[in-house]
Amino acid sequence: MYETNYHRASSIDDAVAQFAKGTDSKFLSGGQTLLPVMKQRLAAPSDVIDVAKIKDMIGIEVSGDTVTIKAATTHYDVAQSDAVQKAIPALANLASMIGDPAVRHRGTIGGSLANNDPAADYPAAVLALGAVVKTNKRSIPAEDFFKGLFSTALEDGEMITAVSFPVPAKAGYAKFPNPASRFALTGVFVAKTKSGDVRVAATGASQSGVMRVAPIEQALKANWAASALDSVTIPASGLLADIHGSADYRANLVKVMGQRAVTAAG
Amino acid sequence: MGVEGIGARVVRKEDRRFITGQGRYVDDVKMVGMSYAHFIRSPHAHAKVKGINSTEAMKMPGVIAVLTGQQIVDDKVGNLICGWAITSKDGSPMKMGAWPAMAPETVRFVGQAVAVVIAETKNQAKDAAEAVVVDYEELPAAADIKAAIKPGAPQLHPEAPGNIVYDWHLGDEAAVKDAFSKAANVVTLDLTNNRLVPNAMEPRAAVAHYDQAEEHYTLYTTSQNPHVARLVLSAFYNIAPEHKLRVIAPDVGGGFGSKIYIYPEEMVALWASKKVGRPVKWTGDRSEAFLTDAHGRDHVSKAEMAFDKDNKILGLRVKTHANFGAYMSLFSSAVPTYLYATLLSGQYVIPAIYAEVIGVYTNTTPVDAYRGAGRPEASYLIERMMETAARQLKVDPAELRKKNFITTFPYQTPVIMAYDIGDFHASIDAAMKAIDYAGFPARKAKAKADGKLRGIGVSCYIEACGIAPSKAVGSLGAGVGLWESAEIRVNPVGTIEVLTGSHSHGQGHETTFCQIIAERLGVPISQVSIVHGDTDKVQFGMGTYGSRSLAVGGTAIVKAMEKVEAKAKKIAAHALEASESDIVIENGEFKVTGTDKSIALPMVALAAYTAHNLPDGMEPGLKETAFYDPTNFTFPAGAYICELEVDPGTGKTSFVNFVAADDFGRLINPMIVEGQVHGGLAQGIGQALLEGAVYDDTGQLVTASFMDYTMPRADDLPSFQLSHTTTLCPGNPLGVKGCGEAGAIGASAAVINAITDAIGNNKLEMPATPDRVWHAIHG
Ligand SMILES: Cc1cc2nc3c(=O)[nH]c(=O)nc-3n(C[C@H](O)[C@H](O)[C@H](O)COP(=O)(O)OP(=O)(O)OC[C@H]3O[C@@H](n4cnc5c(N)ncnc54)[C@H](O)[C@@H]3O)c2cc1C
Repeated sequence: MYETNYHRASSIDDAVAQFAKGTDSKFLSGGQTLLPVMKQRLAAPSDVIDVAKIKDMIGIEVSGDTVTIKAATTHYDVAQSDAVQKAIPALANLASMIGDPAVRHRGTIGGSLANNDPAADYPAAVLALGAVVKTNKRSIPAEDFFKGLFSTALEDGEMITAVSFPVPAKAGYAKFPNPASRFALTGVFVAKTKSGDVRVAATGASQSGVMRVAPIEQALKANWAASALDSVTIPASGLLADIHGSADYRANLVKVMGQRAVTAAG
Repeated sequence: MGVEGIGARVVRKEDRRFITGQGRYVDDVKMVGMSYAHFIRSPHAHAKVKGINSTEAMKMPGVIAVLTGQQIVDDKVGNLICGWAITSKDGSPMKMGAWPAMAPETVRFVGQAVAVVIAETKNQAKDAAEAVVVDYEELPAAADIKAAIKPGAPQLHPEAPGNIVYDWHLGDEAAVKDAFSKAANVVTLDLTNNRLVPNAMEPRAAVAHYDQAEEHYTLYTTSQNPHVARLVLSAFYNIAPEHKLRVIAPDVGGGFGSKIYIYPEEMVALWASKKVGRPVKWTGDRSEAFLTDAHGRDHVSKAEMAFDKDNKILGLRVKTHANFGAYMSLFSSAVPTYLYATLLSGQYVIPAIYAEVIGVYTNTTPVDAYRGAGRPEASYLIERMMETAARQLKVDPAELRKKNFITTFPYQTPVIMAYDIGDFHASIDAAMKAIDYAGFPARKAKAKADGKLRGIGVSCYIEACGIAPSKAVGSLGAGVGLWESAEIRVNPVGTIEVLTGSHSHGQGHETTFCQIIAERLGVPISQVSIVHGDTDKVQFGMGTYGSRSLAVGGTAIVKAMEKVEAKAKKIAAHALEASESDIVIENGEFKVTGTDKSIALPMVALAAYTAHNLPDGMEPGLKETAFYDPTNFTFPAGAYICELEVDPGTGKTSFVNFVAADDFGRLINPMIVEGQVHGGLAQGIGQALLEGAVYDDTGQLVTASFMDYTMPRADDLPSFQLSHTTTLCPGNPLGVKGCGEAGAIGASAAVINAITDAIGNNKLEMPATPDRVWHAIHG
């Protein structure tokens, strides 16, 4: 690791101010992505601003039809939350499947979304549920937030503070883990909104990161049942291919995981 | 059996320190004035090193030296050696290129070191390494066997035209041809044995110290055989004569073969410690382990088996290409030859066998012995062949095996090995019973109704362990003898130290070896300590690999104990005024049989050291040494059966059951044996389902971290059902055979046979990832 200056921020304002002072600052949340990258000398931030202990960044609130998860809430806390389990069980289930216990106890939703790994789990939920990403400056709808592999709508120094999820009528997540990393080789999140709309997002599959899956959405709109996807074909073009899965394999997984997500959603 | 004697499930003595974080590993060693080494490694698979500029690096904070390959050549440090000479079919010796510890001119694999920075801290060494400018001229690379042997392929070493190290054969070609001409059926099989990265939990490390006053070197290193390391470092690398070099392998966190070899980094640390006049520490990280620890396996084979009309095997023909990587590692040449082709008879009567093995250089990390070493490759080939044959001949795979089992011993195979003893029917019967083989069709039908593809696969392995009679291996080209030594010191107060040339890096020697003493003397194991891993303490030794520690090292302990007991009995008889032949040893006492007269071990020991009243002419002291050279290999064998389900939607495999019936001869500590089998099975299953080193066409290792290289985890594995059927090894007094590699040798074929059974076709290579299985199902 290269030498760096570490700051523990006391508030959101303090974090943003500290960030601005460094020449090449980075926010640090759970450190489950940033620290390994720094240890391998692939990142050399001048300053690291730790946001994980800021009180206003931790916790889960449910009000009416909205579940708000503060950015530095760990995957473990989301998975264990009674409120999330009750309001959006698929989201708690998704969090319980991220990485391993060590990762879940440190990794956070804000860090995961800011990082936007094409194989991360949360982006599928955020996109399928039509969540809103809150930052220190603005509210960004899911549609506008994800900008392809490892890039987002966040500006330099802009910090995620929370994510608000509308409570759906039904939702389910099915993940096929990469055998080595246990990230999603393909994960599919299906949601039926309270207004009857159907939104489906797949992670791990596309060369441009998390994506909506129109053919599955259409089929499920007509008939919310796993069998409704039997005749759907997912084109392999534009999908990722690597030693763990070819593009046609991933196309198959989008469909099969979509079916299993519907079954899980009930 | 006493509570701590042979056969007792004694909790491992060493685990207290490991589990409480008090193990002492190489990286825990700190010395006054210690400096840190960081290697500069080639990012290219094949390139000329045109220049190394360290001017800027030398100016950086904390930098002590930047040393290059040319300097190591100038200092006349020897090239790395390959210790087993193989002769090609045509009588020519194997063709090897030189492997300097750091490359002065040409790099031949990604990760090969070209220079080293020595600095005050590890981070300073890393910073400076980034400032060293290496000028490479890239060359085309041959990243796998196919690319290396095709006409016009890039050449690695001028000494080895066509990248061929050797073209070796074993067996009777004419007899095999004859057998095939009489065959009623011939079964053919093409298969790949995937390349594996060992990934011991502890990466390799070295701490080297040169004592100028004594002109003496000390090397702490992660070695499975510190004496062999000392021998090689002095005799071949010219770093120091043996009496001026102490090698210590303290607690070592796993080896699996990869820590047998004496690598460039350890050599360079030792050489550099004199050059810079400071102790030098190098601790590899996981990325370096992926790139530089010797990999395992990597065979491409074609096999044909001939059967008569009664489904009896007539002959076997095998042609294997073995990938050695860019250089010939210490024992690499023996692995696909004498540790592989000699096991191609498996558990079967095969009247004629002919094997050809072509060793190939490629621009990849060197390949050498890895848990099982040659035997997993042989067993995988034979056992997939038997399963494939059974399906083609439309007979039950278990029955086909039983029909062809060797049943009389000793049995001379056509490929050198003479099996001393075994009972192959007993193990397969035990495994079939444990898994309810007869009930499988009903279970398969039920699974089908639930949308799952269920399969069952058998694997009957045999291996040669306890490597081996020195004379025999010497006649086959080995550069060393493969005996083992032991020294027993009974201290004046009756405590016992056992010095062994074996080395424990996870195997539990500190417990198992104590149990042998406890059994013989009736003393508690707390009174016995095992000393190993230090060339200044232990007389000599050949180390631990090839499941040899107990069969060879344990037997040396027994031989030394026999001498100790003989002397102690004389002393006891003298003290008790009895006849030596009337003395028996019980519960730590020497008794005159049939009387109540006895003398306790501590009193005998004290008498030996006070020497006030010893029998006439007897030397004082109670300490004996034995060097034991076995008369044959040992032959552990067994039957594994795996039942699993494949999810046709995703190609994912889930285990239903995995049973193992092993014959390891006598078990000293069944709990430790089970642990060894569990670990071996995990590696065998890992090879079958998960693990595979993948290079791209340019020779970059794609699976260079755990994000892409799938190490087996607990939830990838079934809960194993183990059992033992026992035939005692006639070759050693303990009747033991060895258990360290069996799981890794036998498991892979059982898994693949079960998957191919489940999906109904044989078009599947390891690792059988969900992606591959899904494609095998859906085309
Ligand atoms: C072994 C392992 C397995 C994993 N498996 C999975 C998996 O199965 N599924 C999955 O989805 N993920 C997985 N992860 C990733 C894990 O979920 C991480 O938690 C996540 O990617 C990053 O979150 P973090 O809180 O650790 O962020 P950090 O590592 O601290 O930061 C990541 C990035 O986000 C930025 N950042 C952090 N917080 C904020 C903020 N509030 N506002 C703006 N930018 C911010 C940082 O500057 C940095 O660039 C795994 C990680 C590991 C190490």
